Amino acid sequence: MTTANFPLPVPNLDNQEFWDQCRQHRLVLRRCLDCRSFCHPPRPNCPECASSNLEWVESPGKGKVYTYVITRQPVNPAFRERLPWGVVEVEMEEGVHLISNLVDCDADDIEIGMEVEVVFEAVNDEITLPKFRRVGQ
Amino acid sequence: MSTLKDKCAIVGVGETVYNRDSGRTELNMAVEAANRAIADAGLVPQDIDGIVKFTADSTPQGELAACLGIPYLRYYGELGPLGGAACGLVIQSAMAVAQGVVNNVLVYRSVNGRSGQRYGSGTVTTRRGLGSSAFTEPYGLLVPGQSSALRARRHMHEFGTKMEHFGAVAVAFRNNACLNPKAIMHGRPITMEDYLTSRMFFDPLHILDCALEADGANAFVITSAERAANLKHAPVYITSAAQTLLAGMDGHGRSWDESGGALLAPELFGEAGVTPQDIDVVGFYDHFSPVIITKLEDYGFCQRGEGGPFVERGRIEVGGELPVNTSGGHLSEAYLQGMNQIIEVVRQLRGQSPAQVEGAELGLVDSGDGSGALILRR
Repeated sequence: MTTANFPLPVPNLDNQEFWDQCRQHRLVLRRCLDCRSFCHPPRPNCPECASSNLEWVESPGKGKVYTYVITRQPVNPAFRERLPWGVVEVEMEEGVHLISNLVDCDADDIEIGMEVEVVFEAVNDEITLPKFRRVGQ
Repeated sequence: MSTLKDKCAIVGVGETVYNRDSGRTELNMAVEAANRAIADAGLVPQDIDGIVKFTADSTPQGELAACLGIPYLRYYGELGPLGGAACGLVIQSAMAVAQGVVNNVLVYRSVNGRSGQRYGSGTVTTRRGLGSSAFTEPYGLLVPGQSSALRARRHMHEFGTKMEHFGAVAVAFRNNACLNPKAIMHGRPITMEDYLTSRMFFDPLHILDCALEADGANAFVITSAERAANLKHAPVYITSAAQTLLAGMDGHGRSWDESGGALLAPELFGEAGVTPQDIDVVGFYDHFSPVIITKLEDYGFCQRGEGGPFVERGRIEVGGELPVNTSGGHLSEAYLQGMNQIIEVVRQLRGQSPAQVEGAELGLVDSGDGSGALILRR
């Protein structure tokens, strides 16, 4: 699978660590050292308490499909040759939600509640995307 | 607290035709809609001393002023992001009028949304992997319909909402559009079977769930209640107004009650001193039909999770218990980013809609995902 035609992440100083760790096949999430809540996407401050005292925590990478959408028409040139295209919203054990794709599951087989775990897909030397596969398959 | 309650009114409305290939510039269409709105108010262009625009609109206020013969503006402003600005621009204008900063403000929207840049294809809305889009777009979450479908699919899962409920919205708005000669889909009614067999775009959304990208322009004029009393038509007063900008625009993982409409509804109804049961006609920003179901819940027209059954059996059609988007809305009139809903509710409250709701006195309109809302009264 390739995502070459979709926009690639443009890392910035607030999230560079996330992408650096993905390259090492580690999923890291932001956690507030003051209120202990996780947040995503990475920002300079905690959206719960506004603290700037945040740490990066390695995630076990486990979650469940919270919802999904299957794109079936080439509404954008990037979808050509890759329909039907499934996008999942994964609710991680930490509580945060990640948008991603399932690598081992046909779009039409996606179901809400499916247990999934992170895998890593290198797009180029700089960018590795965290994606998900079904657990126990 | 000082509020905007009934201090200002919408006094003139104007539209171009809606079509799929205008063959005109957005400036050219904006001028026509503006002149129509100003004339409808019983004003002349030189009475307009303020103009506000959508950030997304290509037509600068100064260019529009030049084409209207207005030498300079005393007040100008704009509001983003993207499409959800219409009600917020009303609020911005009304605040300036109520403070005496400006007398008569023109609000406009002009877009070649079909022949030019199409919102539905993502060309307007993608952020090319910058900022938080780095965490969504690389996965092919690129166009607004996909995001709406994510919420719709979850609503189905939690509350048992069915595709037929989305279809009931699409059919109802099409029926409404068939009463409105200006609607692009006038004369083209659909059945539930047509809906269910139409092409699936963003599963679970069919093409008939999606806003009808269109070319066209809308404009209206806001003035003080005092000046409004002496103009051409009965004023439509801005009885209450509220905006919401949610922290983080992505919305993934937010609870149902953390939606724009649900957050602003208490203030909106409280300021007006009315309840949802008092509302005669509604104009919801319907970029996709499932949002009608969640908005009916957000604004308290029904309980959370009951929006699907609520829209059945023509309840939201003209002649139903709660007529919504009586012009056909974005789904079947034209996608003018919430402006055409405001214009239609103004017409309803004046008694001038081709799909008139008998005795309509109180209307509710909103923009975006509840990014702004108004209660209007005659």
